[in-house]
Formats: sequence, C-alpha cells, structure tokens
Amino acid sequence: MDLLWLVPTLPLLGFALLFVTEGKLPDKLVAIVGAGSVGLAAIVALFAGYAFVQSGEAAYTLPLWTWMSVAGFEPSIALHLDALSLVMIGVITGVGFLIHVYATGYMWKDHEEPQGYSRFFAYMNLFVFAMLMLVLGDNLLVLFLGWEGVGLCSYLLIGFYHRDPANGFAARKAFVVTRVGDTALALGLFLLFRELGTLHIQQALAGVGSLTPGMATLICLLLLGGAVGKSAQLPLQTWLPDAMAGPTPVSALIHAATMVTAGVYLIARMQGLYLESADAQQAVAVVGLLTLLIASFTALAQNDIKRILAYSTMSQIGYMFMALGVGAWSAAIFHLMTHAFFKALLFLSAGSVILALRHEQDIFKMGGLRSQLPVPFISMAIGSLGLVAFPLTSGFFSKDAILLTAWQNAGWLYWGGGLLAAALTALYTTRMMVLAFFGEPRTEPRDDSRANMWLPLMVLWALSVGGGWFGIGVLDDLLGEVLEFSHFEPVALATTLVPLLAIALGWLIFSGKVDVARLVESSLGGSVRRFFASGWGFDWLYERVFVKPFVWLARANRNDVVDSVYRIAVGITRGFHHVAALLQTGRLRWYAVNMALGLILVILIVVVD
Amino acid sequence: MILAVVLGLLAAGVVAWASERLVGGHAPRIVSLAAFALGLAWAVWEWQGGAAANGLYAAQFFEWIPRFGINVILEMDGLSLLMVALTLFLGIVAVVSSWDEIETGQGFFQFNILWVMAGVVGVFTALDLFLFFFFWEVMLIPMYFLIAIWGHEKKGYASMKFFLFTQISGLLMLLAILALVFFHYASSGDLTFDYKELLGAAIAGEMRFWLMLGFFVAFATKLPSVPVHTWLPDAHTQAPTAGSVILAGILLKTGAYGLIRFAVPLFPDASRQFSTWGLALGAASILYGGAMAFSQSDFKRLVAYSSIAHMGFVLLGVYAFNEQGMQGAVITMIAHGFSTAALFMMAGAIQQRLHTREMSRMGGLWVHAPRMGVMTMFFVVASVGMPGLGNFVGEFLALLGAFKANVPLTVAATLGIVVAAIYGLYLLQRSFQGTPNPEIESMRDFGFREMSVMVLMMIGLLWVGVYPQPLLDMSAATIASLDVLP
Repeated sequence: MDLLWLVPTLPLLGFALLFVTEGKLPDKLVAIVGAGSVGLAAIVALFAGYAFVQSGEAAYTLPLWTWMSVAGFEPSIALHLDALSLVMIGVITGVGFLIHVYATGYMWKDHEEPQGYSRFFAYMNLFVFAMLMLVLGDNLLVLFLGWEGVGLCSYLLIGFYHRDPANGFAARKAFVVTRVGDTALALGLFLLFRELGTLHIQQALAGVGSLTPGMATLICLLLLGGAVGKSAQLPLQTWLPDAMAGPTPVSALIHAATMVTAGVYLIARMQGLYLESADAQQAVAVVGLLTLLIASFTALAQNDIKRILAYSTMSQIGYMFMALGVGAWSAAIFHLMTHAFFKALLFLSAGSVILALRHEQDIFKMGGLRSQLPVPFISMAIGSLGLVAFPLTSGFFSKDAILLTAWQNAGWLYWGGGLLAAALTALYTTRMMVLAFFGEPRTEPRDDSRANMWLPLMVLWALSVGGGWFGIGVLDDLLGEVLEFSHFEPVALATTLVPLLAIALGWLIFSGKVDVARLVESSLGGSVRRFFASGWGFDWLYERVFVKPFVWLARANRNDVVDSVYRIAVGITRGFHHVAALLQTGRLRWYAVNMALGLILVILIVVVD
Repeated sequence: MILAVVLGLLAAGVVAWASERLVGGHAPRIVSLAAFALGLAWAVWEWQGGAAANGLYAAQFFEWIPRFGINVILEMDGLSLLMVALTLFLGIVAVVSSWDEIETGQGFFQFNILWVMAGVVGVFTALDLFLFFFFWEVMLIPMYFLIAIWGHEKKGYASMKFFLFTQISGLLMLLAILALVFFHYASSGDLTFDYKELLGAAIAGEMRFWLMLGFFVAFATKLPSVPVHTWLPDAHTQAPTAGSVILAGILLKTGAYGLIRFAVPLFPDASRQFSTWGLALGAASILYGGAMAFSQSDFKRLVAYSSIAHMGFVLLGVYAFNEQGMQGAVITMIAHGFSTAALFMMAGAIQQRLHTREMSRMGGLWVHAPRMGVMTMFFVVASVGMPGLGNFVGEFLALLGAFKANVPLTVAATLGIVVAAIYGLYLLQRSFQGTPNPEIESMRDFGFREMSVMVLMMIGLLWVGVYPQPLLDMSAATIASLDVLP
C-alpha cells in the first residue's frame, strides 16, 4: 500500500516523458509509454487494493506533503484509499488501460496532426493522472485539482483535431460550461471552509453535525452545482453531445467511463454531508430523474451513432444521480462501474465501425454491418445488452439495484420514471443496432483493425457480461452495504420485463415490420422529433440568454466606455489650449489693450470689495 | 548592500549605454544581462543567509537631508525580498526577450531598462516616504522613454497617456505624503519622513480618510484598477516586448506592494472603512477586465486587459483584511509576473515574426511553430487558474479570504474564473489553433534562447503552484506584522 503514490505518478511520468520529448519518440515507443504507464498503474493499483483488502482496515491514508499553510488553511496533498476510491481507481486504471491499448491501434494511422500520436497519449496520460488525483485526494482542494485537471484534458482531447474550428468550439464549450459548475463548487469549498475550518474530507465529514440544516443544504447544493457540470446533468448537460468531436477513444475514456462520473463520485464521497440535508438529497434525485428522461427521449431522435451514445451516457449518469438521491449509495457506485464496462465497450466498438467506414457516423448511412464487421457487431451487441439491462448482464444487476431501491426508499415516482427511461433506453438502443447492423448494406466497410484493437474489446465483453458478479460478490463486502431485494416480486418482475418488451417493440418498428412513418411524419410528430433531436432546445435557450448578450456587450464596449471619460477630459483641455493659443496673436497693440483691460478689472475688484 | 545594488544597476545602465559606442555588438545586452544576473545572485544569497531576528534580510541607513527628517532608509524583509528577486529575474527575461528585437539605440534602451529596474528595487526597499517617492519617479521616466522611442505605431499617444496617469496620481500621493508628515509634525513636533515613525501618526478621522485615498488612488492607478485602468491597454500594446514584460511583470506590482506596505498600515482604520469599496473595485476589475479581454482582437491588448482582471484578485485579497487574502494577493503578484510576462513575450515574438498583433491574421500557427503553441497553451492554462500552477494558489487564497469578508462580492469575483476561461481559450484558439491562415507560409519557432527563459518561467509557475510554502513563509512575517489583521 505504501506504493499507492505510484498509481497517479506513473501516468504523470508518462505524460512528462511524452511532453518533454516534443513528439520526437518513434510511434512504437510512444505507444509503449502511453499505454504502459497506465497498465503499470493498474497493476500497482491491483496490488495496493489486494493489500488493502487483506489489511481489513476501513481506510488508509498516505500523506505526501502540505500544499500550503496559511493561517489555519492547511490543505495537505495526501492520498486516501478506502472502498470507494479503490473501486474508482480500479475502474480508471483498468478500463483506462484497455482504452489506451485500443487507442494505440485507433490512432496509429492518424497523421492529421504533426506529432499527433505522441501528443494524444500525453494528454490521455495526463487525464488519467488528473482523474486519479480526483478520486484519491484526501482533501477537497486536491479533488479540485483533479477536477480542473480532467476539465483541461477533456478540452485538449475534444479539440484534438484543432484545425477544424468546429472542434475548437466544442472543446471551448465543454470547458466553459463545466467551469460554470466549477464556480459553484469553488463557492461550496469557500463556504465549507468558513463554516468548518477545513477542506480535509474526513475531518469535514466528522464535523458536519455542527452545521445548521440550511447551511448544510446550501453547501450540498453548491457541490451539486459542480457535480452537474462535470457529469453533464441538467441544467449544465449541453456540452456532452458536442464533446463527441474528439477521437473516439477519448469519448470512451472521458465521456463515458471516467470523467463524467466525477460528479457521482463527489456526491458519494460527501455522503455524510448529504445525509444532513433531505432537501439536497431530494434535489440530487430530481436532477437525476429529469436528466434521465430528457436524455432518453433525445437519444431516440439522434442519427449520429456517437451522439446516441453520448445521450445514453447522460441518462445512465442520471440513474446514478437518482440512486444517490434516494439513498442507494452503493447501487450508484455499482452502476458507475458496470456502466464504465459496457459504455467503454460501446464507444470502442463504435470507433471500430467509424474507422471501418472512414469516419461515417450517421446510422442511416450504415446498415447490414453485421456480417461485414463481425467483431464490432458482437462488441456492440454485448455492450447494448448491458445498456438495456438485459437479464444477467452487468447492467441488469446494477440498474435493478437502483430501481428497486428507489421503489423501497422513495416510492413509485422515481421507480416509474426510471422504468420509463429504461424502456426508452431499450428502444433507442434497438433502433441503433437495427439500423446500423441489420437490413441492407449501404456501405463498403474496410476493417483493418489489429489485435491491439480487438483484444481490449474482448476483455470488455467479459466485463460487460460478467461485471455484475463483482457487485454481488466483491463490491458488497467493500462498500459494506449489502444490496438486498428479491427478484421475484411483481415490482421486480416488471422492472425486468419492461426493457425486454421495449426491445421487442423496437425490433418491430425499426426493422419495418410495423409502419410508424405516418406518425413520425405528421406535423406534430415532426416537431416533437425535431424538439427531441435538438436536445429539448437547451442550446437554443442558452445561446439567447447567455452567449449572445455577453458577446454583444463585449463587442459593443470594445473601445472601453471608461476611457471615453478621459478622452472627453483631453478634449476639453485641448479646447482651452486652442482658445488660449488664439489669444497669442503676436500684435503688440492687442497685448497692450488686454493688459489695460486686465488692470482695470483688478482695480474694479479691489474698489468694489 | 541594497544601496550598492541600486547604484550598481544605475551604473550598469551608464556602462551599457557607453559600451554601444566603445565596444559595439552585443555589449550593451551582455552588460545588462550580467547586471541582472549578479543582482539576482545577490538576492538569492540574502535569501539563503536567512533573516535577522528583526525579520530583515538586509538594512541600511544614511543621513540625507536631516533638516527635513529625510534619510536613506532601505530595508528588505521577506515581502521586499520576494519582490526584488522577481524584479531582477524578470529583468533577465526582459533582456532576453528583446535580444534581437531592438535594432536602433540599443545602448540607450538597456540604459532605460536598467534605470527602471533600479527605481523598482528602490521602491520595494525604501522605508522613508520621501525616498520612496523619489524612486517612484525614477522608474517612471525611463519607462516613458521605452514606450515613446521603441514603441509601435501609436507610441506617442500611449506614452503620454501612461505618463499623465502615473504623474497625476503620483502627485496626489505626494500631497498625501506631505500632509501626513505635516500633521505628524503638528501633533508630535517631530519632522520626519520615516515610515516607522509615521505608522502611529495621530491624525483626525476625517483627514485620515482623505490621506488614505491619496495613497490609494496612486497605487490603484498603477495596479491598475477599474476605473483608472485605461492607460494600461494602450501602454502595453504600444510598448516594445521588454517594456511590456517590465510593465506587467513588475511595475503593476509596485501598486500592489504600495497598498500592502503603505496604504493599509499607515491608515488601518480608514482602510478598513474603505474595504468594501476595495473589494468592489477588485470584483469589478476581475469581471470588467475579463469581459474587455474577450472583446479584443489584438493579441497583446487581450493580454493587457487580462492583467487588469488578475490584478483585481490582488485588490480583493488585500481588502479582505485577513491573512489568507493578503497571502493570496502576494502569490498572485508573483504568479502573474511569470504567466503574463511569458504571454507578452509570446505576443512580441509573434509580432516580430508576422508583423501583426491582429488575431484575425493569425490562426493555426501551431502547425508552423509547435513549441510556441505548447508554450502559449501552458501559460494560458496557468492564467486561467489551473490548480497545480501558481495563479491558482494566489487566486484561490484571495477568494477564500475575501469570502470571509464579503460574500456577494466574492461570488461576483468567482464568476471571473468562467470569464477567464472564455478569453483564455479564445486567445489560444484564435492564434495557434483553428484553420491555418493561408497567408502565412512559415513562422520561425522558438530557439534555445527563448525556450530557456520560457522553461524557467514554467518551472517557476509549477513551483508556486505545487509547493508555495517557502514563498508564503517569506511574506508571512511581513503580513503578520500588519497589526490591522484580526
């Protein structure tokens, strides 16, 4: 366990090496450094985790140094390992490693960028480092370091092909929108420090009892503000679909498996604080439920395979938020883990499809890929089964855990909403699979992927299918909260069956057995579809309420209105100068008259006085 | 030693000027570089030697005009030493950054740089108000020449504006100094300009406020704060690269230093009374400077406005009236010195290569000059306030401190980090990313000389960002000695 510091340090070293060599390393070496550093970190994490479980302790802290010490503000840089962070580092390094290996193949022939291969892995390694600091930090300020770090790396990776201004825009949008959330988080930290005098997580959690309920709610809501930004939840969700501009392994790593889970982690980590405020917990659940539903409807109307997956991510994170809100803490983390497995698989196999179709992402231009691209098809199918919570796949266990706990703890509304979204999930996933992989072929794919690309996929097959057993076996022990509910009650039965029925319905509709064209093409159907496709008009709204006015104000004031005050002053001075200069005619007679008049004036003043 | 260093810099200026005729070639630059390097070595040596029991690293006293109670009092405590070291380091950066930019009159150019810096070192160490004012003026005139002679297309306008703003606000400070000395004389019968004597001057409440305001206006103009900031965008944009580096890196900090050393301790009650205004001006500078930065299309002007936003954090920290805020202000001064100096150096390098500062005529420069791209990215990321780099530590502490003092204004100021992200990324994307501009065929990348100073500043920012404790410890004693803090 003493080697825990190596876990974040190895990816950092990988980044440093790739950064310092300025892209001069041969590509093969870059691949070894880039993927190897994360792989080694995964191995160290495994050993540290094993030692931790063996030790039987609840938590292990490795202090490194005191960041700064100013009048009682003494954030230390220390790593904190407990069940929650162990699960997180397992997911980050494990799934992260698989994605890195896949990316060595995916990016291999990518010569769009000078030194692009090296730069790509440098950013990826830095990202893994930042994410590890986020989950291992013993102090909220260290968490904030990781928090901002993943934001930066996602900016760099979304805008990786930076010569296309559209990608730059997407990257900027992601960074700025999440920064709005970060502002709330920062304010939450200020408030927490003012009230409790520490940002040390364990100390703060120990002291939450002294907070007034109102104060606890306020702090929770500010932290929630940060969480919704990073995790792409309502109302800061708009950056995630655009973030698909980055290379596909980036989408898998950042926008599915790890970074967007940061908000879930934050709330789970601050569980003790949220338990102080029922209102704040309620808010978390509502945010989750609303995002879940909105994102599911939106996914149904997307044509871009990556955008479908992006909205599905948003909705799955919505499940996690709802779980946190209804008190299903370990179910949320369980779903975080299984989601990382199947969503990484989905994105990576989508990447293989996109690469084989030479960067075609529209599912309506695909079709019949089943026989042409067998490995991506099987991968995508397995991932989809996880996503729709098909019985006995990983997603099934975790989603059931969430929905049934919601039923137990919070009543039918959350359960029903979640179930509706589960049906929608099944519907849009079936739509994606049917349109892309079944029916008539519409393209000629060329699959030249190699072992380094399909091996990670196969590992993820196993995890997506079997990952649920972790939850039943390992995770329960670790998180200490046993997930206990029967699978044969009516509610449980409905929870299991509804997605299956939805799959069947989807199959009938999208393979053309039931004609819904009249419904979709009617004027109401069309506008509903467009409304969903636009992501419920949030971009439209924000553009008008925030972006346009700010840009307009900035442009209008380009010349700095404050300066005009000084310009007027200068103008007046110049005016006087001009008048004074006119008086200097150079004629003696004029001067004499003026002197005489002045003298008379002075005498008059004296006399009158 | 302090006086020797100041005089040494002044003398080096004369030598550099003379060496242009006598030796020629690179001689003036080498003289200048050597002078700053020696000075920096001295500062590091004093630092290593540690402080005496009274917290001073060096101190000197000479009688000057005893009849009026004017003496040469030079003292260097932790805060002064930090500022002096930063000054001398950025002197090196300034010389290197303009190595092949200045072609005409480089002897006189180096003379002016050295004299500005001599004045600044004096400002950071003088503890006699008359001497302080003297140095305040010494740094002004050479700076005026730097802009007026080696500036760009609107140099006449910009240099005159700089001169007038500084001079008028300086005049207010002179009046405040004289009034302070007079009132102190009237009450105690002791005619003195000695800072320590004046610290406890008994002055009527109303007058105290006006005197404080005299100092405040001078320092806020130099900082600069909204609404007396408008000299800065013009001066920075028109100044040669070395001038911008010195202006942003050092001269602005004399305003911040003046607030911490003089305005607040000399008039603690009046300053506390004024603190809400100070916080409000800080928040206004952060937001207004940020929004103005975003609206610029000139690379250098954008960086100039971003300086105003960063200095807003200094104002916020100082008027938070607690140790965290004050330390945040100090760290912001140092980190901003590195990050903004580097960005101005970048602006100068681009202008030298492409003969433009307009971002609409850039785009995709990364393709031609990846090193410059990476460096721009690094320093933009730093100035956006990324944790792990220096600016974050300063800004976070300033906000943390200010939050205890005034919540609404701190909330407004915190929104500044969103604005910073907007203009920072806009700068990076308009210049180095995006579609390569077809009019640009090639651009020379940074060589060893430029990279070496850039890397030094990177290391500096990383150090301040990851382990700022040595710096905090240095200024802690100075800040703790301000008995105005709770």
